[in-house]
Amino acid sequence: MSAPATTATWAVRMSQVSKHFGSVQANRDVTLEVANGEIHALVGENGAGKSTLMHILSGLHTPSGGRVEVLGRDVTGWDTNEAIAAGVGMVHQHFMLVPTLTVAENLVLGREPRRGLQLDEARAVEDVRALAARTGLRVDPTRSVAELSVGEAQRVEILKVLYRGARILVLDEPTAVLSPPEVDELWTVLRGLRAQGDTIIIITHKLDEVVAISDTITVMRDGRSVSRLATADTTPRDIARAMVGRDVTLAHDFPANDLAARDVSSARAALEVRDLVVRGDRGTPVIEQLSFRVQPGEILGIAGVEGNGQTELLEVLAGLRRAHSGRVLLNGQEITSLDVRARADAGLSHIPEDRHRRGLVLDYSVSDNLLLGRQHHFTSRLGGLDKTRIERHAETQIRAFDIRPSDPTLPARALSGGNQQKIVIAREMGRSFTVLLAAQPTRGVDVGAIEFIHSQLRAARDSGKAVLLVSADLSEVLALADRIAVMYEGRFACVLPATECNAEILGPYMTGADREVVS
Amino acid sequence: MILLAFLLQTIRIAIPYLLAAAGGVMSERVGVIALGLEGMMLAGAFGAVLGSYYGGSAWIGLVCAMSAGILVALLLALCTLRFRANQVVVGIAINLLVIGATRFFLRLAFDSASNSPRVDGFGGEGSGLGVLASFSNPLVWLGLIALPALWWLLWRTPFGLRARAVGEKPEAAATLGVNVSALRLRGLLLCGVLASLGGAYLALDQHQFTDSMTAGRGFIALAAIIFGRWMPMRVAAACLLFAAAETLQIQLQGAQLVPSQFVELIPYVLTIVALAGVVGKSVPPAALGKVE
Repeated sequence: MSAPATTATWAVRMSQVSKHFGSVQANRDVTLEVANGEIHALVGENGAGKSTLMHILSGLHTPSGGRVEVLGRDVTGWDTNEAIAAGVGMVHQHFMLVPTLTVAENLVLGREPRRGLQLDEARAVEDVRALAARTGLRVDPTRSVAELSVGEAQRVEILKVLYRGARILVLDEPTAVLSPPEVDELWTVLRGLRAQGDTIIIITHKLDEVVAISDTITVMRDGRSVSRLATADTTPRDIARAMVGRDVTLAHDFPANDLAARDVSSARAALEVRDLVVRGDRGTPVIEQLSFRVQPGEILGIAGVEGNGQTELLEVLAGLRRAHSGRVLLNGQEITSLDVRARADAGLSHIPEDRHRRGLVLDYSVSDNLLLGRQHHFTSRLGGLDKTRIERHAETQIRAFDIRPSDPTLPARALSGGNQQKIVIAREMGRSFTVLLAAQPTRGVDVGAIEFIHSQLRAARDSGKAVLLVSADLSEVLALADRIAVMYEGRFACVLPATECNAEILGPYMTGADREVVS
Repeated sequence: MILLAFLLQTIRIAIPYLLAAAGGVMSERVGVIALGLEGMMLAGAFGAVLGSYYGGSAWIGLVCAMSAGILVALLLALCTLRFRANQVVVGIAINLLVIGATRFFLRLAFDSASNSPRVDGFGGEGSGLGVLASFSNPLVWLGLIALPALWWLLWRTPFGLRARAVGEKPEAAATLGVNVSALRLRGLLLCGVLASLGGAYLALDQHQFTDSMTAGRGFIALAAIIFGRWMPMRVAAACLLFAAAETLQIQLQGAQLVPSQFVELIPYVLTIVALAGVVGKSVPPAALGKVE
């Protein structure tokens, strides 16, 4: 695919493209060349400018400088409608679907088939069905989008751009929410589209995906394109180095976790859950009769597709949701009915899964965010907050956890995702605790921050803390955990030592396929 | 016969609710909170009287009423869509503004602080139709078909599909090339027209404009929207239910069985009950009130 190409064979050619938002330079002199009919991976850390570049390509942003060509035509500064008309379609990172509408309605929205004044619903359904059959993206057009699984919703997103006649597809982090079998299915679909002559640009920061699916790669760093590589001639290590600008330790460089070597099995459980039953918001059971123990010096990883009760489990453990029945014990002490603060004071730390919703107050300063939930330990004799101690505390934590920029007065909103997450990590791990609940600890953070956060979690484990790690990123669970449980429909489908696990073994448990095999 | 009289009076009372609620459903379905209904109705009532009085015809009154409603809707659109002001605050401000403005123009046009002179309205009293006289009023028919027509518009046309998408997830609609602001503007204008016609009915039915004559009817329409869960046909049923309660109260007034205030409470109590989720969860359009 790296053969020299004349202008006509480039599906997309962006040269010297720049884009700034106010004083923030998102793209500087970026070059992107994508050949017709190839799968091109656009990789880079968060904030490297990948999404901005693709928003320029799909007409959402106008570039501040440079030239954009699609199929040899200069299209610099076009709008979304022109991009769609020219066959450029973008599948966004966050689903852009209207949950209350049906699959067919979501697809035809904006270019509805009509019968007189009315919307021709029957034809919409028929068209969608035909398109689904032709592309192998199977989905029932009459179902409401709210009922779809994430994998199905993703298919609808791809169908949506294909319905608009897209021949150049841009997919922004398409696998973030998919289970391994769903990812494999996506790859099959993308290869099928490539075989039909479509061009695909896939934004990702997962190196194994780059290797699995792409023909060529463009690496971005700090808003610039730093290299263009042919996938066949490169290794994940080379790509990672190009992304970060230095050598990085990849997760699988660590030796497999060796539970026996540390002999934790005999120790008293730091966290114990007995016969836990939890009801969801609608009163339906979301966790059924769940029992498990986490030992000191152990990371228990919970893998699984999101929405199988992980969120509710964490909420119950953290004291944010009431259990219907069952008990939770922290170092042998019953904490089932304690509130959040009492649990924290008893030695429980919690990195919430959504740092914007639960982890931070974005408009508060870094210093205040480091204090959240701990303010009662920072009062002066008169009962007010002790400013001096708070400032000192903030400075210590910022240094210890390498939060950048190191200004404690900045609002948390002003920091990058990785540094925001470091604030949460610093608050929860920079104090005495015995059990850590770490939910999606590296979601949406860059490779450098992932490396740092992983090393913090390993250090906590090695110093005898018990860590319950919940992550939708299977490779993260595999890299960190000593034991791995797969959560499916409110139960543990399996609990295995990490040394016996890999994606192929865990995949079927994540989709409930293991049960079908049995029955 | 008593039943027929009850029914007819219920419909008469329901018409302003039905028209205003239809406008409100349209507005809220595209994602703009319909707190300004009261103001739109009042503007419509004043416009209707002004037009009828000086134009000499109820039809001219209707044109003036709709113009007034559109004017209020445009102001609302300017504040909420263009300047992205808080919709609750703007809604309340507009209601207060219209009360003041109508008072001002009442004095200017009719030299009175309380009411306008008598206007003819659509007549029908002398037509020999008896109790059925109100059916010679075109606004009655319009009121009765407004919500069914809105249902058709929202659930059977491309415009409706886009409108619902914009009220639920505007960013999704925008990525598909739907112009979100333009669509919201159209929804608001339609809301202004419908709500002002509700006010016009009120004024023409009473043959005059009196100060603040809508007396909270816009809020009752809003209550009906919530009680009817933003579904046009349910909202229509809610309007009729509230109107029936009001009719009952009027008819019982002679009997003095219950203090009338208790009957007046009914729409509000029902709304609170609906919001508390007693009759199933009431889920507003997801993007309601959010203009990013």
